[in-house]
Amino acid sequence: MTTAQRPISVSVSPVDNDNGHLDISKEVSTFETKNLKLFYGQKQALQSVDIKIPEHRVTAFIGPSGCGKSTLLRCFNRMNDLVDDVRIEGEILLGGKDIHHPKVDVSNLRRQVGMVFQRPNPFPKSIYENVAYGLRLQGVNQRSVLDDKVEWALKGAALWDEVKDRLKESALGMSGGQQQRLVIARTIAIEPQVLLLDEPASALDPISTLKIEELINELKSRFTIIIVTHNMQQAARVSDYTAFMYLGKLIEFNDTSTLFTNPGEQQTEDYITGRYG
Amino acid sequence: MVQKHISEQFNEEMDDVRNQVLTMGGMVEAQVRDACEALMSGNVSMAHRVIQADAQVNLMEKSIDGNCVEIIARRQPTAGDLRLIMSLHKAIIDLERIGDEAAKIALMALELSEMDRPRSDCQELNHLGEHVRKELHDALDSMARMDIRSALEVASEDEKVDKEYESVTRQLITLIMENPSNVSRVLNTLWAARALERIGDHAKNICEYTVYAVTGEDVRHQPLNEEDKKALLS
Repeated sequence: MTTAQRPISVSVSPVDNDNGHLDISKEVSTFETKNLKLFYGQKQALQSVDIKIPEHRVTAFIGPSGCGKSTLLRCFNRMNDLVDDVRIEGEILLGGKDIHHPKVDVSNLRRQVGMVFQRPNPFPKSIYENVAYGLRLQGVNQRSVLDDKVEWALKGAALWDEVKDRLKESALGMSGGQQQRLVIARTIAIEPQVLLLDEPASALDPISTLKIEELINELKSRFTIIIVTHNMQQAARVSDYTAFMYLGKLIEFNDTSTLFTNPGEQQTEDYITGRYG
Repeated sequence: MVQKHISEQFNEEMDDVRNQVLTMGGMVEAQVRDACEALMSGNVSMAHRVIQADAQVNLMEKSIDGNCVEIIARRQPTAGDLRLIMSLHKAIIDLERIGDEAAKIALMALELSEMDRPRSDCQELNHLGEHVRKELHDALDSMARMDIRSALEVASEDEKVDKEYESVTRQLITLIMENPSNVSRVLNTLWAARALERIGDHAKNICEYTVYAVTGEDVRHQPLNEEDKKALLS
């Protein structure tokens, strides 16, 4: 196989304020929600959420169970469309364009906004075919192109060295951590703009978790990443910005350093220090 | 902290470290008091006690240091908890150094006890000592109560201590110029004055840690005007 065409990492210029912390006002937004409300039947799960997701950064959503963080995450690739009785108000802009506009092709949106779930879900196919799957769906069938892209994606997911000699073996024989990185490789193979990670390491052992976290750090130079996690230390470790949600409201959105050392809201302080409840 | 943590054990560990720091503060305060007393009175046994007490203060620093590291490793504190533990951890370094300065003063007291001293040397130093002791007491009191208003007031007092130290220095240099045979005696007194001034600086640091623990603002190495103080108190 030949070397992939694109570099694995691209340096991102720092956007720091006087304290050396990141400054959201200086960031370019990928997603922006305006007065976003979501209802499951009569129950309102999101209450007027306004948030700007900065480009090429890792944004973490934290909060107690049922606070709406996964619901908000699923809004960004319209996964909630698959749920019955869901009603959405307000706007979600991707690159300034409303993703709910009638002309938006949802499949195309999900190609741009890839998603990785809590439990690794490889297809019962070979490692190679798992990664090539999305590309084949896009009509890419030329062997050399597929080979290049599969290698690029597996390298990008920090998995290449572990699997390069057994690409034809079933993906189901891999460890949980490897399967999750394979799923990430499958997601990035089609080069989305945004990666949505819904508790991507919660079912993994600590070493696999660290590998995923390391991978997130490497991937952010090429993708905008949004991660939902119950693990606050993980949010503190991997993210550049953190949003704290509670009862469907966005309570605080700040750079991660500030949020974990000097949060602006008492509710955030109570939650992250374990005084919530 | 106002509200208790869900984990009772975490509460106890944090309270325990706070109490240990305050105990260490009390030990150091007594050390400084006794060192000043020994310096003024020439009480040799008291000076020896101050020097011996320094070993206990050092042990206390190591013990609290270990407890802080353990809390960070096991509990991964955040926000107010993190700021508090970092502030306490820094405070014990300053307290240990105050202990060292007190021991230096006690050493000078021993040296001076063997020399004839005119009372005029001591009066200015006595005043400086009282001022520094009050500054230290108030700094520890502010930390115990996490009272930033008081911490800011005490921190600004340090300027007065510095000026007083300059004044003592000038007077002592004059004594040397008047009579060079005073050099040895005056130098010892000068070292003691210098130690007192450093204790004032450490007390100021403790106040700054208190401000950081409560507000998250790092006010070290910067002059604070009234507007800054108002912003911190609001």
